[in-house]
Amino acid sequence: MKSFRTLILILAVVLAATAAWGQTMPAAGSSLTIGLVMVGPYNDQGWSQANYDAVQYVTNKVAGTRMVYIDKANSADRPGTTVSQLAESLMTQGAKLIIFSSDDMADEAVKFAMAHKDIFVIMSSGSQVWKDGKTYQDLPNMINVMGRMEFGKMIAGVAAAMTTQTGQIGYLGPLINDETRRLASSVYLGARYAWTNYLKKDPAKLKFKVTWIGFWFNIPGVTSDPSQVADDFFNSGYDVVVSGIDTTEAVTEAVKYAGQGKKVWAVAYDYYKASEMAPNVNLGVPYFNWGPAYVNVVKSAMGGSWKSHFEWNAPDWKNINGADTTAVGFNKGGALSATASSTVDKFIKELAGGLNLWKGPLSLQDGTSYLASGKAATDQQVWYLPQLLQGMEGLSVQK
Amino acid sequence: MREGSLSRAALRAAAIVLALLLATLVMLAAHAPPLAAYANIVLGAVGSWDVAANVLVAWVPLLLATAGLLITFTAGLWNIGIEGQITLGAVFTTWMLRGLQASSVPPALILACAVVAGMVGGALWAMLAGALKTFGGVNEIFGGLGLNFVASALNLWLIFGPWKRPGVASMSGTVPFPPALWMVTVTPQSRLSISALVIALLGIGLVYGMLRGTHFGLRLKAVGRNEKAAYLLGVPTWQHMMFSFALCGIFAGLAGAIQVTSVYHRLIPSISSGYGYLGLMVAMLANFNAALAAPVALFFAALNVGSIQLPIVLRQDSSLAGVLQGTLVLFVLLAQGVRQKLTGKGAT
Repeated sequence: MKSFRTLILILAVVLAATAAWGQTMPAAGSSLTIGLVMVGPYNDQGWSQANYDAVQYVTNKVAGTRMVYIDKANSADRPGTTVSQLAESLMTQGAKLIIFSSDDMADEAVKFAMAHKDIFVIMSSGSQVWKDGKTYQDLPNMINVMGRMEFGKMIAGVAAAMTTQTGQIGYLGPLINDETRRLASSVYLGARYAWTNYLKKDPAKLKFKVTWIGFWFNIPGVTSDPSQVADDFFNSGYDVVVSGIDTTEAVTEAVKYAGQGKKVWAVAYDYYKASEMAPNVNLGVPYFNWGPAYVNVVKSAMGGSWKSHFEWNAPDWKNINGADTTAVGFNKGGALSATASSTVDKFIKELAGGLNLWKGPLSLQDGTSYLASGKAATDQQVWYLPQLLQGMEGLSVQK
Repeated sequence: MREGSLSRAALRAAAIVLALLLATLVMLAAHAPPLAAYANIVLGAVGSWDVAANVLVAWVPLLLATAGLLITFTAGLWNIGIEGQITLGAVFTTWMLRGLQASSVPPALILACAVVAGMVGGALWAMLAGALKTFGGVNEIFGGLGLNFVASALNLWLIFGPWKRPGVASMSGTVPFPPALWMVTVTPQSRLSISALVIALLGIGLVYGMLRGTHFGLRLKAVGRNEKAAYLLGVPTWQHMMFSFALCGIFAGLAGAIQVTSVYHRLIPSISSGYGYLGLMVAMLANFNAALAAPVALFFAALNVGSIQLPIVLRQDSSLAGVLQGTLVLFVLLAQGVRQKLTGKGAT
């Protein structure tokens, strides 16, 4: 009997090992062509360019790698195509690892990963292979990478609150989903913290409004025009507009209004060099630094240690602008005053020291409790934020 | 007769050479090596099974749109509204799928109902353009153009409004339908559906047969050539025009239904993908000949898919394929015009 049980045990171990072996991917070897699929233009000075630069960083850091890419991978710019079809076109050029770099590609990335089980797939900003996520799927060839931009956005909120003279901050939002709700809310949390803790002002006097355009960037005739939305903010007393979209309209419109003598400012998004734009209005940019995470994942594909997982990477708190270490950073812009700048530094130090603004008591926009007093949000609660937070104006879900 | 067809072929060949020359000049102006560009387009269209299958995926809706347009062209109608008809086909298909997906109806039957709904949607939208022309005196070009905008707005409203993803507002489209409601494809993850391919080939075959070998086809031709004379000879002209709109709409709606059920598996804002406008060009380049429509459409589909290599390899915009397609049509039409002028005969 005992030997029978031992036999069963051995069999189970062997079976489990075989199953686990079946889940791994063979090493790509000493050379690897990386195919990058971008939703917008590669030089958008925003989300897509941050990814483009990151893969270039990989090709500089990891010997034997090269990049091929396709940009404007959306059905408005490339009618008749599907994202997985575009990825297949990159395979024609030898790509063995495909990076789908936009939330918009989530469904297609899954289809592609299932159709091409021998191709390594990175789905940035997605959560399909997050075991604790709501939409987990077993895809051995997929890895999800995301940066904890909540920190960058909170810093942006502090910069905005320390600058506004009217107490009105506008958020130029893309489309509405879990990610965009939590990022808009992070800006609000940062702004409210600065408003009440540093400026000692009444939180009721801080106006924070979100307007969504319908997509990550302007598609004429389909989305609202982001320039128009930014103009509406500036024309109705909102003197700081924080960008949540892939492109730079918040900054360029601020430049226009500043040229007319208005005192207005903007916070850019996504791309580290966006802080160099328009120093007369630019407060700075919270940006993604995908490079270091991509290097690790690419190395694992080449070396044979690839394992499907979800990573949500925090900033390097020793140096949030460390090019080789951080996942998320904040570059200050030319229009950030000396006082605001030192407050931003102070806030970053507090965050590094453990300050958590995603902590109760916090309520959702409709007044229902989100976090009880003293309770910190779990990763799931932050990732899947169901509504904007109380105190924010704007749609939580499309009416 | 033989000489005539020879000179026609020579003029057509000259037109193609001229179009290639012009496209080459555009490439040189854009600092793109033309030979490499053409080589990459070919590689991108037939370089692997995946990309070749993608060409066929694009061929299906393009061929269906062209097949429909051949009917309206025969009746002397410029059905510019075909884009909207494809869109409405997709909308009706989505509507049917949404309505039945939670029911106990077998998936194959749901799919069949959805495809039929798409055909009805396309036909209704086309007949609206037909009615505007027949009863409202609105030229079908203007009516169709207007209806295209309305269809596009309706589609967007549905995607952002009543049919939005729960908690999401994005132009990414509606929630994908479950795989049970996808048209069966060659492999489970491929987008190429044999049934869609068969439908498209049957469609163009039907149109070919109808226009060449039926009484209806003959009367349609009569209406197209000379509406007044046809009327005097007893052909009910407006009924024939209306019917040709409806038939074209059925084909367009079918194209939309296939876009939803086998390509995107959901409704997206640009669901018609420009196949209607491209179909107009295919029909013109094929000289409104149903037998030529299939290869010409295949060539255009290959150009569309193959040209994706241009931004990847040469950092050139893939709209170069559009330049080539447009100049091809222009030069072929020009060649026909020249021939007519020289011989004093109308082109057939």
